[in-house]
Amino acid sequence: MSDNPFPVDKAGLLEAYRMMKTIREFEERLHIDFAKGDIPGFVHLYAGEEAVATGIMMHLNDRDRIASTHRGHGHCISKGVDVHGMMAEIYGKETGSCLGRGGSMHIADLSKGMMGANGILGAGAPLICGAGLAAKFRGDGGVGITFFGDGAANQGMVLESMNLAAVWNLPVIFVCENNGYAEATSRDYGTAVKSYVDRGAGFGIPGVHADGTDFFAVYEVVGELIKRAREGGGPALLECEVIRFFGHFEGDAQTYKAKGENEYNRANRDCLKIFRAKVTEAGVISDAELDAIDGEVAELIEDSVASAKAAPLPSPKDLMSNVYVSY
Amino acid sequence: MARKLSYKMAVNEALDLEMTRDPTVILMGEDIVGGAGSPGEDDAWGGVLGVTKGLFAKHGARVMDTPLSESAYIGAAIGAAACGMRPVAELMFIDFIGCCFDEIFNQAAKFRYMFGGKAETPVVIRAMIGAGYRAAAQHSQMLTPIVTHIPGLKVVCPSNAYDVKGLLIQSIRDNDPVIFCEHKNLYAHEVDVPLESYAIPFGEAAIPREGRDATIVTYGLMVHRSLEAAEKLAREGVDVEVIDLRTLSPMDWDTVIESVEKTGRLIAVDEAHPRCSIASDITAFVAQHAFRALKSAPQMVTAPHSPVPFSPTLEDIYIPSAETIAGAVKKTIIQKMVAA
Ligand SMILES: Cc1ncc(C[n+]2csc(CCOP(=O)(O)OP(=O)(O)O)c2C)c(N)n1
Ligand SMILES: [Mg+2]
Repeated sequence: MSDNPFPVDKAGLLEAYRMMKTIREFEERLHIDFAKGDIPGFVHLYAGEEAVATGIMMHLNDRDRIASTHRGHGHCISKGVDVHGMMAEIYGKETGSCLGRGGSMHIADLSKGMMGANGILGAGAPLICGAGLAAKFRGDGGVGITFFGDGAANQGMVLESMNLAAVWNLPVIFVCENNGYAEATSRDYGTAVKSYVDRGAGFGIPGVHADGTDFFAVYEVVGELIKRAREGGGPALLECEVIRFFGHFEGDAQTYKAKGENEYNRANRDCLKIFRAKVTEAGVISDAELDAIDGEVAELIEDSVASAKAAPLPSPKDLMSNVYVSY
Repeated sequence: MARKLSYKMAVNEALDLEMTRDPTVILMGEDIVGGAGSPGEDDAWGGVLGVTKGLFAKHGARVMDTPLSESAYIGAAIGAAACGMRPVAELMFIDFIGCCFDEIFNQAAKFRYMFGGKAETPVVIRAMIGAGYRAAAQHSQMLTPIVTHIPGLKVVCPSNAYDVKGLLIQSIRDNDPVIFCEHKNLYAHEVDVPLESYAIPFGEAAIPREGRDATIVTYGLMVHRSLEAAEKLAREGVDVEVIDLRTLSPMDWDTVIESVEKTGRLIAVDEAHPRCSIASDITAFVAQHAFRALKSAPQMVTAPHSPVPFSPTLEDIYIPSAETIAGAVKKTIIQKMVAA
């Protein structure tokens, strides 16, 4: 094995790969089980976008907060939310991360700094300003990251939050995951500026771009922004171009996409394949090592599905619990 | 001439007819075209559940997708309405009203009054309501009481395709702002609907079932659960009248009071939470205006005072069932026997 040219040591590279693979396997499995009718509700899959969540989350600890989106499974997994708890949540079981009360769109684990997936577009942006403010008062160097899509980037609250974070100099990063579509509508229809990055200047914060299919590109760019935020340098905006492998939600026929678009992207713009090629070609990690992780991840996901299916349903008598802390 | 039409297609047909009739009618909403600027089909979606499918092909630029910016486009619809257009704006799920509430309750609702009766704001805001879709706490709410509370807004909530068509046409022609609530779990429900255009006036409740022993007052999906309860009770010899309010603002108080004066018993059924709800509104009104007619204490059947749970086991008990409604009806009858 040769010298490691990457900004992450070998253990870190293996961890990043495991994270991405776990997300991919989790989502591919949900796709299949949803089609079988096993899973209720709206399910938005993150497959194809793994390098963004992973490239960012590799810099964070449990003290750092994230506020996610409706497409939140990848953010959850990479922030350390228990995969078994997530799967059970999506199945609506009492053993779920949120006792089956929230489902796919509302998975949260505050102990991991995961402030929730969200059913309201853009809602994470003001919340993360609050997380940044709290970190500032605590003085613990914590940062907050919020995610929003190319579509949700046009919510007023996202834009207001960028200004708020700038005037309060909050340790917050706004991450636009640009997958080219907001539901069926193209990014270019909904947004007039060519690049979301250009909006940074309008709020007096740095705006930077990263290729979201390349773990290393995301990792390096966001590393600097996070370091700057931790040191009191204030907020920033990061746009990552990514690919959504599946439909907007499960059950979407995707007729708004071009013929062969998904196949092309799977073949040429798969962040996992790109990662694998880079680390194996550099001779830092072998295919066998990655294959071993694939096997372990497949087992983990299989086990999470089996235990979710076997888990107890919430009890009707608890319908009204947890509306308030006290009442 | 009538044929079976679904609740969902009745929305589509009403929009189509009014757009054809009146060039000032324009549609806007997120993905109501659904494919704008995309490499594949332009109108791939026609709304998130396909309600507006085909309207773009027929009416072109008058059917507009919007950026994901509810405060901006709902506000723009209201502004355009104040300037001579008749926009029908779709707020996909009523739960998203938080993102544009100011435009609705401080702007649209108040222009007429604040401007001394000089403004007209003929905007329609269509939104999906209701639980049962496994869509969890932020995509399943009723929120009908919240909009009904506000003076200046009209609130419509049909229970079947016939009413959808007539009430949506009326909503578009109406010169006040209308919140048009569509229950997502009724979209597939079909009834006979005439081919031709017709408008149903606001403030006229329907009586889908007449009866002598008790009055259920309700709207939306709960009309169907109440009719189910009434069928069940009929087999037990209890004759229940069911009132479908159809519009919540204005409210057809006369029909409610007349019915309670006949039956002497009231059961108000509402899929919203119990506090400050349509059910509590009706109960209070009846207590005030038909107190002497009441043979027993009115009952309310509502969803609980909790957010909508995701887990299907919990969501199913969250939504009032025909059994619960029948139980409440019986309570009004047993009470009487005790008193007698
Ligand atoms: C306030 C609000 N408006 C609309 C929606 C409905 N909705 C859910 S996801 C979505 C598209 C989001 O597109 P984008 O922000 O690009 O994220 P992506 O789905 O591509 O990850 C829409 C319109 C919502 N959940 N919340
Ligand atoms: Mg997008």
